[in-house]
Amino acid sequence: MTDVTTAPIPKKDQGNLFQKLELDMRLLGMIGALFILCIGFNTFTDGRFLTPRNIFNLTIQTVSVAIMACGMVFVIVNRHIDLSVGALLATTSAVMAMMQTQILPHTFGLGLGHPMIWILAVISGLLVGTLIGAFQGWLVGYQAIPAFIVTLGGFLVWRNVAWYLTDGQTIGPLDPTFLIFGGTNGTLGTTWSWIIAIVASIAAIWAMWNGRRAKVAHNFPVKPMWAELTLYGIIAASIFGFIAVLNAYLIPERRLERMFEARGEVMPEGLTVGYGLPISVLILILVAVALSVIAKRTRFGRYIFATGGNPDAAELSGINTRRLTVKIFALMGFLCALSAVVASARLSNHSNDIGTLDELRVIAAAVIGGTALAGGFGTIYGAIIGALIMQSLQSGMAMVGVDAPFQNIVVGIVLVLAVWIDIIYRKRVGAK
Amino acid sequence: MTDQTTAPLVEMNNISISFGGIKAVDDVSVDLRPGEVVGLLGHNGAGKSTLIKVLSGAYAKDAGEIFINGQKVEINSPRDARANNIETIYQTLALADNLDAASNLFLGRELMTPFGLVDDAAMEAECRKIMGKLNPNFQKFNEPVSALSGGQRQSVAIARAVYFNARILIMDEPTAALGPHETQMVADLIHQLKAQGIGIFLIDHDVHSVMELCDRASVMKNGQLVGTVNIADVTDDDLLSMIILGKNPMEKEDA
Ligand SMILES: Nc1ncnc2c1ncn2[C@@H]1O[C@H](COP(=O)(O)OP(=O)(O)O)[C@@H](O)[C@H]1O
Ligand SMILES: [Mg+2]
Repeated sequence: MTDVTTAPIPKKDQGNLFQKLELDMRLLGMIGALFILCIGFNTFTDGRFLTPRNIFNLTIQTVSVAIMACGMVFVIVNRHIDLSVGALLATTSAVMAMMQTQILPHTFGLGLGHPMIWILAVISGLLVGTLIGAFQGWLVGYQAIPAFIVTLGGFLVWRNVAWYLTDGQTIGPLDPTFLIFGGTNGTLGTTWSWIIAIVASIAAIWAMWNGRRAKVAHNFPVKPMWAELTLYGIIAASIFGFIAVLNAYLIPERRLERMFEARGEVMPEGLTVGYGLPISVLILILVAVALSVIAKRTRFGRYIFATGGNPDAAELSGINTRRLTVKIFALMGFLCALSAVVASARLSNHSNDIGTLDELRVIAAAVIGGTALAGGFGTIYGAIIGALIMQSLQSGMAMVGVDAPFQNIVVGIVLVLAVWIDIIYRKRVGAK
Repeated sequence: MTDQTTAPLVEMNNISISFGGIKAVDDVSVDLRPGEVVGLLGHNGAGKSTLIKVLSGAYAKDAGEIFINGQKVEINSPRDARANNIETIYQTLALADNLDAASNLFLGRELMTPFGLVDDAAMEAECRKIMGKLNPNFQKFNEPVSALSGGQRQSVAIARAVYFNARILIMDEPTAALGPHETQMVADLIHQLKAQGIGIFLIDHDVHSVMELCDRASVMKNGQLVGTVNIADVTDDDLLSMIILGKNPMEKEDA
């Protein structure tokens, strides 16, 4: 053994432009695919696809599946699967709908429209979702029943518990405050949206700058300053571009008039107001940031990936993999309930078929986003882009006028194709 | 030769463990003193790995007692073993292939920032330091360990056992994946650790390296202990016949 204290640190100046920017090639590939898809549909719809209105609608339609897909990344990375997410969404949605329309106003006598109703309903939904998720996780982790079986059972159970709770009826209208989580009925308006854009840009750049500082402090190689600054520029531009599009979608005149009437005011002549960032999308962004931090910077996240990479090694390192499984499924259940808030608020009622087929969309989104079913690999941003690609395909084909059965055929083919390309890519770069 | 009068660092007394019908370890007793290297020998399936996994907390024993510095201890999980300063290099290496060297080095014992987040930069710095000592040519700090060669992976597993100031080190076939040069590095490391007073259980297939590195050797066959001998008192052939025939040459002399 030689007594060199530190190995020399190599300079990082080799590689092409993309390598210098240290951009994830898979991320670029997915963004590229989404881009081509959007341009394609835009051409076929004579420019109706890439309008602020359609982009706005696309984002609010994606939120529910995307929130669950974020959690599904953890589940799949940990080498499990959850087939019950759509059913769990239905049960938690039913619980929240019953709380808002029956239990809180009548049983507890708060009366309809009480200001506490929405929050109590949301809390009870999140609680039920988390508990059901934890229970399924306990069956998987501590009783060693395969997740496929537990959640296949859960799929049947929770879908029909939801039916039983509501007698199969559509429950509504939901509490008016609750509806702000649905999308169109709850947006931040242009001013607040710009403020969010500024805050988000600063936060993102600050986080990256801190990462760079930590590396410099330890004398690790960092990318050249121009590359760093270019990346900050791209990120800020993307954030502001996104907000600009959402702000450019104007609230229809009729609707604006009614909003003023509801407040007992008269609308000024010629006034135009943009929708801005929907609260549901803000929730998705917060979920994505929180889960990305969990994945990369907490013990919980590190252990999820370690266990997915090698369960025995994780166990031998003293990681309690059973408890970890419970936590992951509990988080998944929580996110299903959060999705239920968004989904039922968007429809403004609870319908018996809410969340039907969502388990497949969610798993497809995670997998298209680069999550490996063998475990150990996956990213939150990938899952969200995966969800966006799925939703764009679906909406785009509907706009172009593709027949419903053919839409599903295409989505199925795209799913297989995406995974195939990913496998080839992984082989090429030599990663396992 | 080690001082035989000091209290044993580890005593494993009458350890038994079975899987289904198979008695993988059957009433085996071994011990280890500070600064001593004890070799564990035996054919594949003799029960060596299973025995040391009882000490490292990976398996729960069915019967027997473990003493550390004369104190009876209960080791029910890898955490308990680590709390007793027992570190293990497993035969399978036990690395998470999708994580980088530093994440594997600190798995289960991550360095944290004051905000309760994992401190990757600090862990990488520590990893570079120890790898600089163990394997100065190692450079792949930002790649998953699946991208490493067998020898590089081995050095990550060794670094993990050495970094945390073990007093008791278990090495299960540490040179299995290594070339001659790297094998020599491991031998040097064992001498160095021995000089620091660390007790080492060394499982090795190669009788010659056991003769070279160990103070004593315990031979197992079919889950049972054939015998424990002082290396100074035996030849390669004695050890080989113990492994193959399951007979203890020392007992023959006594008779
Ligand atoms: N987890 C296990 N489950 C079932 N049998 C096992 C397990 N671990 C070891 N064994 C059995 O115990 C015996 C001893 O194995 P092992 O300790 O790995 O031998 P060695 O390390 O000496 O080659 C073998 O017959 C093996 O098949
Ligand atoms: Mg073995």
